Amino acid sequence: MERTRDKILPVTIILAALVVVWYVGAVMLNAPFQRDLDRRGDVTRGTVEFLQATLSQPKPTLPAPHQVAQNFVENTFLRKVSSNRSLVYHAWITLSSTLLGFAFGTALGIAIAVGIVHFISLDRSLMPWIIASQTIPILAIAPMVIVVFAAIGVTGIIPKALISIYLSFFPVVVGMVKGLRSPELTHLDLMHTYNASAAQTFWKLRVPASVPFLFASMKVGVAASLVGAIVAELPTGAVAGIGSKLLQGSYYSQSIDMWAALVAGSVVAVLLVTLVGLAGRITETMMGARPA
Amino acid sequence: MTGNTPTVVEAKRLGLTFETGDGPVQALSDVDLSIGKGEFVSFIGPSGCGKTTFLRVIADLEQPTAGTISVNGMSPREARENRAYGYVFQAAALFPWRTIDRNVALPLEIMGISKAERGERIRRTMDLVNLTGFEKKYPWQLSGGMQQRASIARALAFDADLLLMDEPFGALDEIVRDHLNEQLLELWARTEKTICFVTHSIPEAVYLSTRIVVMSPRPGRVTDVIDSTLPRERPLDIRETPEFLAIAARVRDGLRAGHSYEE
Repeated sequence: MERTRDKILPVTIILAALVVVWYVGAVMLNAPFQRDLDRRGDVTRGTVEFLQATLSQPKPTLPAPHQVAQNFVENTFLRKVSSNRSLVYHAWITLSSTLLGFAFGTALGIAIAVGIVHFISLDRSLMPWIIASQTIPILAIAPMVIVVFAAIGVTGIIPKALISIYLSFFPVVVGMVKGLRSPELTHLDLMHTYNASAAQTFWKLRVPASVPFLFASMKVGVAASLVGAIVAELPTGAVAGIGSKLLQGSYYSQSIDMWAALVAGSVVAVLLVTLVGLAGRITETMMGARPA
Repeated sequence: MTGNTPTVVEAKRLGLTFETGDGPVQALSDVDLSIGKGEFVSFIGPSGCGKTTFLRVIADLEQPTAGTISVNGMSPREARENRAYGYVFQAAALFPWRTIDRNVALPLEIMGISKAERGERIRRTMDLVNLTGFEKKYPWQLSGGMQQRASIARALAFDADLLLMDEPFGALDEIVRDHLNEQLLELWARTEKTICFVTHSIPEAVYLSTRIVVMSPRPGRVTDVIDSTLPRERPLDIRETPEFLAIAARVRDGLRAGHSYEE
């Protein structure tokens, strides 16, 4: 009951409001075209009929929620997953490069953070570059990376995963630097009184203390990684993946397909972030965290 | 102090000046003190008198800027490297991701003590601080007093002869504190360790100590050293005896003479 009141209800209300706004928007955006069409076809409709027509165009400016939902369900659950039209198939293509990029991005992020925490020279030399790296718009970098790699014969998952790495290592670096530096002074003093080596302090104090920070930054990282994979699918007209589905949709004005692909991407993002969050919670429970 | 007890801590004209943004702050000045084996020495004084700093100098957590200090005849650094002391902080400072027994095991792991021996020492020290049965609890599942006992167990686990305690019971309520004071005396009698104990409570200092070092701030210095005439065996109600009250009065006088509270 409390869960319904505190969590589900507020979210549902916002969702309902968004759907209403969406329908209103769809009517407003699609109405001019429908009016034009009706005038040329010399059709006269009542208000209700006209509204229905604006919400069921095959290539609307803004598809109505039910159109997107229908398309999404059809292409997700009713098609063979091996089909080129299946959203599951495209989502898997994007997901595989997301996960590859995320895994390497996280590993790279942790490695850099460990270096930065242990060597002041790395902190000074590397950190400004890492921050600068994130100010470059990914939309400008992604096509170049894809094209350059294609020129030397590397295509497919590797260049896509590279973009994901590029986007996901950053939050992990920032989070882990903070996490590895999070132990209290008293804990560090304590290790000092035991004459603990740097390695012992690292493994027994800094690493366990950084775990909550790691999962928090991995949540951001995995979402960024997905964005990277989708962006990487856009420029060279990749044949498969959520990104290519978006691109094809825009080429052929298949706005409903585009929106359905967008929904598929969002579902994947929600799943990934939820999974990372869950893994974090399980890990922290195993490490004796006080139940919230 | 009798001449034939070995000296554990020996400070001569010890000084420590912190460089701060507002200029130098003299935390310790001209501290002369020698602590013999098996003594229970309390350091008492208002905040800023350098009592904690002195403890941290013994522990090689701060570096003195003047004078000399030796711990077990060595420099504090060498003493630390030889794991000569156990340090108990004001906060229990247990690792939240370790159960109590694994917290006690921490120094043993770092010192490379075998697993079998670790189990044995954990059992013994947990018994010493009356925490048997709580080995598998996480720190947050224990009360503040129990957490502090666990941190004492951790400091005792590797059998250092010197125990440095920095206001270990400062954050606890008085009933728990009384109880822990009693237990600490008992533990001290059983283990015959040398204990340096920082506190700002006069009754606590008088009840526990064989010697009380009264300190005063700006600059941090020793203003009085009081040898306790109380017997080693001390029930809690010794605090009502005239002898106890006389020592407490002298400590209070020392504190008053050393600095003015009006500042």
